[in-house]
Parts: sequence; C-alpha cells; structure tokens
Amino acid sequence: MVSVEHYLILSGILFAIGVIGVLTRRNAIIVFMCIELMLNAVNLSFVAFARHFNDMSGHIFVFMIMTVAAAEAAVGLAIILAIFRNRETVDVDEINIMKW
Amino acid sequence: MEFTLPAIKIGAIAPELILVCSAAGLMMLDAFAKERGKTLLPILSIVGLALAMVASLKLWGKSEVTFAGMVAVDSYRVFFNIIFIIGALLTVLLSMNYTPREEIDRGEYYVLVLLATVGMMVMAAGTDLIMIFLGLELLSISVYVLAGFARGQLKSNEAALKYFLLGAFASGFLLYGMALVYGAVGSTNLAMIAETLATPHLPARVLLMVGVGLLVVGFGFKVAIVPFHMWTPDVYEGAPTSITAFMAVGVKAAAFAGFARVFIGALGALHPDWTMVLWVLAVATMTVGNLAAITQSNIKRMLAYSSIAHAGYVLVGMVAGNEVGRASMLFYLLAYTFMQAGAFGVVIMLGQKGEPRLNITDYAGVGHKYPLIGVAMAIFMFSLGGIPPTAGFVGKFYLFGAAIKAGYVWLVILGVINSAISIYYYLRVTVVMYMHEEGEEVLAVSRAPAVALALILTSVATLGLGIFPSWIWEPVQKTVNLLLG
Amino acid sequence: MELIDYLPIFILLIIAVLFVGGTILVSHMVGRRKYGKEKMSPYESGMIPVGDARRRFSVKFYVVAILFVIFDIEVVFMYPWAVIFKKLGVFGFVEMMIFIAILLVGFIYIWKKGALEWA
Repeated sequence: MVSVEHYLILSGILFAIGVIGVLTRRNAIIVFMCIELMLNAVNLSFVAFARHFNDMSGHIFVFMIMTVAAAEAAVGLAIILAIFRNRETVDVDEINIMKW
Repeated sequence: MEFTLPAIKIGAIAPELILVCSAAGLMMLDAFAKERGKTLLPILSIVGLALAMVASLKLWGKSEVTFAGMVAVDSYRVFFNIIFIIGALLTVLLSMNYTPREEIDRGEYYVLVLLATVGMMVMAAGTDLIMIFLGLELLSISVYVLAGFARGQLKSNEAALKYFLLGAFASGFLLYGMALVYGAVGSTNLAMIAETLATPHLPARVLLMVGVGLLVVGFGFKVAIVPFHMWTPDVYEGAPTSITAFMAVGVKAAAFAGFARVFIGALGALHPDWTMVLWVLAVATMTVGNLAAITQSNIKRMLAYSSIAHAGYVLVGMVAGNEVGRASMLFYLLAYTFMQAGAFGVVIMLGQKGEPRLNITDYAGVGHKYPLIGVAMAIFMFSLGGIPPTAGFVGKFYLFGAAIKAGYVWLVILGVINSAISIYYYLRVTVVMYMHEEGEEVLAVSRAPAVALALILTSVATLGLGIFPSWIWEPVQKTVNLLLG
Repeated sequence: MELIDYLPIFILLIIAVLFVGGTILVSHMVGRRKYGKEKMSPYESGMIPVGDARRRFSVKFYVVAILFVIFDIEVVFMYPWAVIFKKLGVFGFVEMMIFIAILLVGFIYIWKKGALEWA
C-alpha cells in the first residue's frame, strides 16, 4: 500500500535535491529551478497530508503555493533579465561587486 | 456535500482593502495620467496610508476572529498595523525627493510600497498558516522588485538577485516547516495547532520538531538572525536607500509579527523546546551583528549589521516569552522604526545625485555645517546605541527587564555587553560629524522638504518615546493577548 | 489501494521499455548507415534550416512568457469555483467578479504600459 510515509519520503528526497541544487549550482536560472523543485516537494507533502487527514486546507495551501510560485517566477526572471542586460552573465559567483 | 459560507466582515479587513484599492488606483493613474498627474502618486499613497491608519485604529480593543478563523481582529494586529503604516509613510516621505534624484521615479514604486504594506498587515492579522504565508510572499515579492528598482545600477541588480534567491530559498524552508507541522497536527489553523499541542499525547513528535526547526530557519532568514543573515548587508547596501529603510523597519517588524504569532501563540506549548534554540540564536545575532558593524566603513552596511543586532535584541523578548516580553517586543519595534528610518533619512539627505556619500568619513564636519542634521543623526545614533533619554534606551530596558523576570540572567548580561560594544560604532558616526574637520570638497545637502519632515517626525518621536514611554507602554501592554482563532 | 493493484502498470512499463529498447537495438544492428550533409542537418518538416539553433532569442519572448505564466495560473482558482458555482449562488459570482476585476486592473496596466506590443 502506498501510504503517507511513501509520499513523505519522496517529498523529502525532492526537497533535498532542490536544496543541494541551490547550494551547488552557479547559474542563477538553475538555482531558481531548484527552488521551484523545493516548493513542489512541499506541495507533494501538503497533498499527501491533506489526503491522509481528509482535510481541505492542505489542498488550498497547494493552490496558494502554486500561485505564489508563478508570481515569484515572473519576478525572478525579470530580475535575472535585468542583470543579464547589464552584466551579460547569470553566474551567481560573478555577480559579486559587494562581498557576500 | 453541504457547506456553509464563512462569516464575512468587510470592516475587519478594511485597512487591507483600502490599501489594495489605493494601489489599484495608483496603477491606473500611473498608466493613464500625463507627467503632471504622476506627481500626485506619492500624495495619494500618503492619503491611502492615512485612511488605512484610521481604519486600523477603529479595530483597536476588539477581540474576535473572523473569516472562518483566518483573520484576527485584535489589538496586537492593530499595533503592528500602526508600525507598518508609520514605516510606509516614512518611506514615502524619504522617497519623494530621493527617487527623482536617482531617476527611479516610476509609478510602480509607490504601488509596490503599498502592496508590500498590505502583505505586512496580512501577516500580522493571519491566524492561519496559509494567511501568514500569503502575507509574507506578498510582502517579499514586492520588496524583491523594489530592491532592484534602480535597474540600471549593478549594485541594485545584485541586491535584488541575492534577496530574491535567498528569500525564495528561505520561503521553501518555511513552507516545508509549515507542511510538517500540518502533518503532525492535522490543521493549518493556529488555534487548532495550539489546542492539539496542549494535550499531552502527541502522535508525531519527530515530525513536529523537524517542522518547528524548519520554521525557525524560514523566519530566521526573513528577520535576518545569525546564521541566516548573510544576505542582509549586501541587500541593504545595494538597494535604493529609501527601500533599505523600508526593509529595515517594515519587513523586519512584519516578519517578527508572524514569528511571534506562530511561536508564542500556536507553538506556545513547546516553549521549553524552542526557547533554548532562540536563546543561542539571540546571543549569536547580537554578537555577530555588533562585531561586524564595528569594522564597516560604509554607513549603509554598518546600519545593516546594526539591524541584525537589533533583531537579536528583539529575540530576547521572544525568548522571555512572558507578557512583558511580548509587550516590550512591540514597543521596541515601534521605537526601532523611528530611529532606523531616521538614520536612513540622514543618509538620503547627505547624498547627492551620482554621489551617494556612503562612507562614514564623508560625514566629517556635518555637525558644524548643518547643525540640525547633526543633532538629528546624533539622536538616532544615541537611540540605536541605547543611551538615555531616547526610545532605544527605554526599549532595551523593557526587553532586558522582561528577560530578567523570566529568569534569563545570562542572556541579559550578554545583551548589555553587546549594547555597550554597539555604542562604540554608533558614537563614531557622531564623533566624525562633530570632531573631524570638513574635507576638501564642499559638502552640499539636497533640498528635500519631505525628507526634512521625516527627520523632524522621527527625531521628535525618538525623543518623545524616550521621555514619555508610558504613553505607548500602557496601551501596548493591552495588546499582548495574542488572539489565535 | 494495495501495491499489487499497480502490477498492470508495472507490466506495461516493462513491455514499453523492452519494446523501445529492442527496436532501437535491432535497427542499430541491421540498418545501414550513410551520413551526408543533408542527413545530419536538423529536420523541420522539410524546410531548409536558417542559421544556428543556439542563437539568442529576443527578450520579447521572455516578457510574453512571464505575462503568460502570471495570467495562466489564475485559472487554478476558477476550477474549484466552477465546480460548486451553483451552490455558491450570487455570492460566489460577485466574489469571482471582484477577483477578475483585480486581474483586469493588472491587464489594463500592462496594456497601457505597452508590454503587449511586439514592436
């Protein structure tokens, strides 16, 4: 039987992949994609729990996360574009006129 | 399936509605108006904020939950609304001369400031994890854009990218924490969470603890507590100065509003579990913030590290966790709003187009040449350092008093030592302004009536809160009752 | 649902992998290979390729994509609304109209700002 634990493990693995991606990748777009992966891992947990409890609020939370992720994607791409126009690079290691 | 509509009380969300409508109106004005009409934008945003303030004050003293347990109508929320609106008003005043000078006076600016303020209010009002998350994101997404508003400047681009990537990363942790807490408890409603935790039998303690830990990480990023503070100095330095002020006062207060509502309110039963973690984080935050601030030569970076240290002081109130602790957090955040916004106002006042003059040595001789600016900056620096008779001193007095009452003597000792260290770098600014000779180049001050007004308001308020603290302290003690839903 | 219920899907997966892998393998072994300029060029419905595939795209595509993402995701709220539309009655209708009005403000804004113009 596919229980809530299975979903949680999958979600945990996806979240970890996202975190590792954010920490190791240097291309801003790929870093951003990894963040989206983290959000989707969270979505999976929410849906699994919502089904487990037979409770709607988890599903609603997922709707909100999806919308917010879309808004974040729009703003993030715009910011990365603005950087690319000025710097011709999206490498986060090169974007460091101020020290981290 | 039968269902009933939740209670809808428009009055309960009137402040938010007013600001959303103002923001939509400003967007339309910006899209359709000619150049002359656009000068109305800051004035209209001030009107909108003032109306929202009136609507918020009308909710004072109530104690109810509406919209199906999603929105609290309590004094805690009203007090935070006051802080946010004051922060936003000061930001608008600081921006009125600054944005044309830096050629970033596009209409979206004020729209985004208003929407970010709505996000803060939603965070303070939310009694459900969904609401707190939505408020936080509305706030964060608006501020990501504002941080990169000077899109021709590399530093502003860089600030926006760093803030965006790390902010979104932190949102991921916060959300995962919320998901695990939901999984352990079975509800996203703060009242339900508190109720479930009050029973001795907890089915999924590991899940809950990991969730709470992730929540600390997520909120920690947003309020910039060590070790999740790395983004702060860069983002504060690169963002337009008026937005830096907005981030330092509004965003931090909003994050604390959500932090306290979730941790003291919903997770209050776990106080013994999270309090040690926050104890360590508070000490680390104060110490790292103050020690790093000493070495800074750029005033914006110095104020950024100082804002980290101040987040540490506010955490002391949260660790105390008692009613005095909560009240002193609110008082301190209000006091901090005035002094920090004022300090950034001075930075804006002394800057010029293409020449921001951010090095502390640039301020040599300001005290003699512009006595009023010098006095104002001295007030803000004394207050940030916690020297009487200023708001900062009284605020720290209440915070540390609350911690002593709760028995955290060592925390207070470390806090006081930190406070003493911080006086060194705050006083250095004053010393440079008064004791050092003016440099070769003639220091000019921009003609900025709105900024001057903001400086007058903030310095009067900083002194006023320091001399007559009971005017605010008495009402603030009534706000400590955290309504959950 | 028991894990055993997923067995047909698992069998289908195995067959699919075997079939695809097998066909590729067989054609690889028995097929003749002849490479030429024409054969190595990308195939697009018989059109003659123009330029390199890895050139930079105009930023306008990004703007359209960003706008699409934002307005596209709003539909997620309309599905549940539509499912119980009749039960919600006038209240639900008014709520959704307000929601759409807010979207409309954004839409008018980007329109007036010229974000939708290609030139």
